[in-house]
Amino acid sequence: MSQIVSTKRSQREASGPYGKIGHSLNELDDRLGLAKGGRTFMDKIFPDHWSFMLGEIALYSFVVLLATGVFLTLYYIPSQDLVTYTGSYLPLDGQRVTEAFASTVNLSFAVRAGLLMRQMHHWACDIFVGSIVLHMGRVFFTGAFRKPRELNWTIGTTLLILAIVNGFLGYSLPDDLVSGTGIRIAYSIILSIPLVGTYVAFFLFGGNFPGTDIIPRFFILHVLIIPLVILLLVGAHMGLLVRQKHTQFPGKGKTEHNVVGSPMFPVFMAKTTGFMFVVSGAIALLGAFAQINPIWQFGPYTASRISYAVQPDWYMGFLDGALRIFPAWSFHSFGYTIPLEVTIPAIIFPGILFNAVMAWPAIERHFTKDNEMHNLLDRPSNRPKRTAAGVSVAVLLSMLFIASSTDVIANFLHVSLNSVLWAMRILCVVTPFIAYPLTYKICREMQAFAGAGKRKTTNVVTRTPQGEYVATPAPVYVDDEHDELEAMPVPVFVHEPEPAAVDAGVRRVAR
Amino acid sequence: MSEHELRTPVSLGTVSADDPRLQPAARRPELVEKVIAVTFLVGILLVAGFGACYWVNAAPWTLGATFGGGLTFLGVGLIAWGKYLMPRGPFVEERHVLANSTEERNAFAAAIVERGGGVIKRRKFLGGLLGAGMGIFGIVAAFPLVRSLGPLPKGTLFHTDWTKGTYLVDITGRRVHQDDLAIGSIVTVYPEGLENTDNGQAVDQTVLIRISNENFVTQKGRETWGPLGYLAYSKLCTHLGCPVGLYEQQLQLLVCPCHQSMFDVTNGCIPNFGPAPRPLPQLPLLIDAAGYLQSQSDFNQPVGPGFWERS
Repeated sequence: MSQIVSTKRSQREASGPYGKIGHSLNELDDRLGLAKGGRTFMDKIFPDHWSFMLGEIALYSFVVLLATGVFLTLYYIPSQDLVTYTGSYLPLDGQRVTEAFASTVNLSFAVRAGLLMRQMHHWACDIFVGSIVLHMGRVFFTGAFRKPRELNWTIGTTLLILAIVNGFLGYSLPDDLVSGTGIRIAYSIILSIPLVGTYVAFFLFGGNFPGTDIIPRFFILHVLIIPLVILLLVGAHMGLLVRQKHTQFPGKGKTEHNVVGSPMFPVFMAKTTGFMFVVSGAIALLGAFAQINPIWQFGPYTASRISYAVQPDWYMGFLDGALRIFPAWSFHSFGYTIPLEVTIPAIIFPGILFNAVMAWPAIERHFTKDNEMHNLLDRPSNRPKRTAAGVSVAVLLSMLFIASSTDVIANFLHVSLNSVLWAMRILCVVTPFIAYPLTYKICREMQAFAGAGKRKTTNVVTRTPQGEYVATPAPVYVDDEHDELEAMPVPVFVHEPEPAAVDAGVRRVAR
Repeated sequence: MSEHELRTPVSLGTVSADDPRLQPAARRPELVEKVIAVTFLVGILLVAGFGACYWVNAAPWTLGATFGGGLTFLGVGLIAWGKYLMPRGPFVEERHVLANSTEERNAFAAAIVERGGGVIKRRKFLGGLLGAGMGIFGIVAAFPLVRSLGPLPKGTLFHTDWTKGTYLVDITGRRVHQDDLAIGSIVTVYPEGLENTDNGQAVDQTVLIRISNENFVTQKGRETWGPLGYLAYSKLCTHLGCPVGLYEQQLQLLVCPCHQSMFDVTNGCIPNFGPAPRPLPQLPLLIDAAGYLQSQSDFNQPVGPGFWERS
């Protein structure tokens, strides 16, 4: 029997070939059995394409929102009780303001890094919603929402709605003149719901506008309830992504049955962590150099005061624009009123819009009868109808967004408000109908020239001793890698007329 | 291994240790490493600088510049590390089919339909009772929404605090005298005593405009409402309830800054532009013996935006 001598070497050997880390992992695996799953996770492949970054921007701006938001809750007081402001911002000295307003001004001026955190929070919100929209555009135009990923599309759309709602709630919390007017408008929009609107508004606000309950109620929704739902849905969104794996663009070695790219560990982890730093850093730089929402310049909210030429945050712009350009069509009958001038642009229109977005995978399947699994992405030009529909809606929303600045445009261009209003009304109705056929046509043209810009493989023509000419493709150049430009064949279930022959007059001879 | 083969993705499970696809993508890794090291160093300095700025409470922009710059430099360095110095790939992973075999699907469905459904079918009465219990619980659980969150609207939206003989006061609480306003002037007024209350501010707010020296009739049936050219209109826009705060004196228009509805002051404030559907309600005025302005009654219409119960 040999003597066991405890040396450093023997200890190292006893713990297996991977040393202390290996030993700890073994201990964990004994208890949790995570070696196999852990290995699979480390080896998980992420496709390398820039457009996959958009969702990451959304995720990391949400991280920034959580971090800066926690900071803000330490100093913000969600109360509409009136206090006399006596802080360091002298123009407001001695004014009667709500505690919500006073604490927001105080955390901006009297708390170290408070202004930075507030501005970062606001910028992160604008970037959060923006990157969700762009990410959604990527998913839509490349057909990534198709089976098996319809559920994730629905979760994503819900996340967008929640992000917009929570953005509006947070924007309202400082109780400044501009955001207070926004709450006033929101109250009136709720009032416009037929039958129950008055009751919903009274129950939500605890009575007639403004009451004293709305800031505390918005606060708990903004900092706890909605973020919690967002957090859970983000978890579900990414859980489904891991389970169903990424989509990828067609290209060399990429099929419906595999994923090509970089492994989770260490390559993707390094890149994505670095990207998280860059997104946070960019938001911090915006917070440092780009002033946003200077509420001390607006002053506290007073129901009978108002400011001029103010726009809401960008993601509410399309609603504000719709409210501006919709005609004054109030409906009265049988002693009741339906304020259609508000109900249609602010309730029915966004209702239809978001429901259609939610249902898009089903709508598209209804037309294509396509029930296949899709892991390879479409090039947008190969799905001209979907692309045209998406562009058409995007154009409508952009026009409505522009319409939310009619007064500013009129001032800037020195034209009458009347002309601007009518121009925007016409543009909102007409441009989507121009955008559809135009996009469709461009897509068809791009299909006809699929592979344009790609270096073609030359043919080597040889003459045999018998005098016969034979054409064979030349060998590929070493760096002749343009597979990503290769178009996907148009799927057979799309029944669309073939484009007119682009090479009319050229007789093709089968070789 | 040819360049062509190098571009072919390989599985991490089968790749050999000396495979060139496990090598970094950079042609000159040593140089890239130096560049990244410099990037990290700058990032470290900036983050440390942020700590220093925070400690001494420097100007807010210096905090953001050092914090944001530091994170950005560290992030860029890390991305470059991943992109240029880690295994270049490409790697491939097979997708597993999500769907299970028919047997497993059937077994799952059988567990629900036969075992679960069988239990419920056999005890329909119990199932019904449980369903009724849950249904009633659901209804009861919604009670707080309608009983505790806020009062019932009742007639709230139909009335303001203006009544017969209420004095008009400005924001400081001073009564408005007939000599106070020059022609073409405007002031926001409230019912006396309510100028600093929520309801006074949000519901009763009224614009008082003087447009002439004579009694002014804005519409038929309002012969006595505008004594000495004083006209009072609700300041709540009939579109979405914003204060109609802009007075265009030349054209005698009240303009809402929110969505640009315009109201004709001389003609009962009927809207002649924008999305507002109804005129601003007018407050009938009278002047008492001492020359102070009073309301004759409440507004002629409910104020503010439209709602269902409004006729």
